[in-house]
Amino acid sequence: MKAVCWQGTNKVGVETVPDPKIINPRDAIVKITSTAICGSDLHLYDGFNPTMQPGDILGHEFMGEVVDRGSAVKNVEIGDRVVVPFTISCGGCFFCQRDLWSLCDNSNPNAWMAEKLMGHSPSGLFGYSQLTGGYAGGQAEYARVPFADVGLFKIPPELPDEQVLFFTDIFPTGYMAAENCHIQPGDTVAIWGCGPVGQFAIRSAFLLGAERVIAIDRVPERLAMAKAGKAEVLNYEEVEVGEALKEMTGGIGPDSVIDAVGMEAHGMGLAGIYDKVKQAVRLETDRPHVLRQAIVACRKGGTVSVPGVYTGFVDKMPMGAFMNKGLTMKTGQTHVHKYLPKLLEYVQRGEIDPAFVITHHLPLEQAPHAYEIFKHKQDNCIKVVLKPGQAAE
Amino acid sequence: MNQSIKVQKTVTINRAPQELYRCWRNFENLPQFTKHLKSVKVYNDHRSHWITSGVVDRSIEWDADIVEDRENELIRWATVEGGDVSHSGLIEFRPTPNDRGTVVRAVLEYDSPAGAIGDTIAKLFGEAPEQQLGDDLSRFKMLMEAGEIATTEGQPHGAQ
Repeated sequence: MKAVCWQGTNKVGVETVPDPKIINPRDAIVKITSTAICGSDLHLYDGFNPTMQPGDILGHEFMGEVVDRGSAVKNVEIGDRVVVPFTISCGGCFFCQRDLWSLCDNSNPNAWMAEKLMGHSPSGLFGYSQLTGGYAGGQAEYARVPFADVGLFKIPPELPDEQVLFFTDIFPTGYMAAENCHIQPGDTVAIWGCGPVGQFAIRSAFLLGAERVIAIDRVPERLAMAKAGKAEVLNYEEVEVGEALKEMTGGIGPDSVIDAVGMEAHGMGLAGIYDKVKQAVRLETDRPHVLRQAIVACRKGGTVSVPGVYTGFVDKMPMGAFMNKGLTMKTGQTHVHKYLPKLLEYVQRGEIDPAFVITHHLPLEQAPHAYEIFKHKQDNCIKVVLKPGQAAE
Repeated sequence: MNQSIKVQKTVTINRAPQELYRCWRNFENLPQFTKHLKSVKVYNDHRSHWITSGVVDRSIEWDADIVEDRENELIRWATVEGGDVSHSGLIEFRPTPNDRGTVVRAVLEYDSPAGAIGDTIAKLFGEAPEQQLGDDLSRFKMLMEAGEIATTEGQPHGAQ
């Protein structure tokens, strides 16, 4: 099959690799009809993760059709149309049973790496480095899905791929970020980062009853998309964000703040973890700035929600502000499995059409070009959907 | 010089002690989730024969007896006198008070003579022995909680 492989820093290629096959009884094989590039893929692309290996198949936002299943998978049939959560979860451990799917104990074969860095390992992830299991990803024609009996979500035939593809990651990620804010009637939510997750956080905050959403970015087309989602927008290159937020909220500050940027310092490794992280942090000096700014801007007693990915260490955390203002922080990789039934209902009721975020449809073969325009925000690129099997132009 | 290794590790498994005990009590199940055991043959209710998957071409074998067996609670075993390796092990199952399953504690000891076999044992178990035991217990947990052991071996990969 064709698959998008990581070949080194800033280099991906569409390679011909063997088709995946069933390895464990709970596996299924999905023939992929749509697959997306996530902002977090860019940090692998950028070479920030030392546990990437050349030839690793990328991609964790994919859907398609079941074409094979292991002996223990009874609840999906060959031919079923499914989306695949980016988190791999067993369904049987303490965490899965408490709806904390992204904290699954049993899906990361390389848990020891994560334990070295974080004390405990989160769940395995598709196409996201050895640290999270080394699973082959879904920017490909086919993918093997472990624990398919709990890891596939069937989609009604009337909904096109574009409306359900983002159930895999960015819609539930934005939604969980907003839910973590415990939004009360009348609340104002401020969101840093108007990439795809930020866009879904904006719309989710309104779905959950926010009165106002203030979105912060600098890229004009992203701010325009936020505005279309009824957010008020701030361009951080034009205004001092902290002051502006205070002015806009009568001096109180937003009731909750969302960091949808993250630091993405994937600087963990088998050796020299700390140095790698320090190196990555130096490269990303402006990124923890968002978290600091959000904490200082948040109203007293408010909530800081962090869907943005952090993997290493953060310098100069304003712990004094955080403590003295009595803030609460909620974060984590997304418990995708938990949210899918609810999000499907929103879409079926027409309360949101997740396709709004798509700016580009391209054949899988054009993945290298897609990574470039997404990384450099060329051609107004916000979200790329890749279509396997579609002829290159 | 004799080489002695003793390691202990604890893991909580979201299953009843009975189920975990039953799996472990049949030592022939152990190679499914332990890295260094190639096979175990159970001779009778107390004696079994263990074969390690060695480093290089050398595998090490021994006979072990169950020396203490408390149903659903604890199994203790030790090598039979006169073998190349002196090894003993303990696995203990305690139900958690808060409905989280079972706390499983394993203790392994290896005492091997000087020379080639001792060196092999040291190579097998001597490097980060707690990590090895912890990984074995994690795989046991996967098998019991998820019904299989998560793996990527055999999946497709691009040019390395």
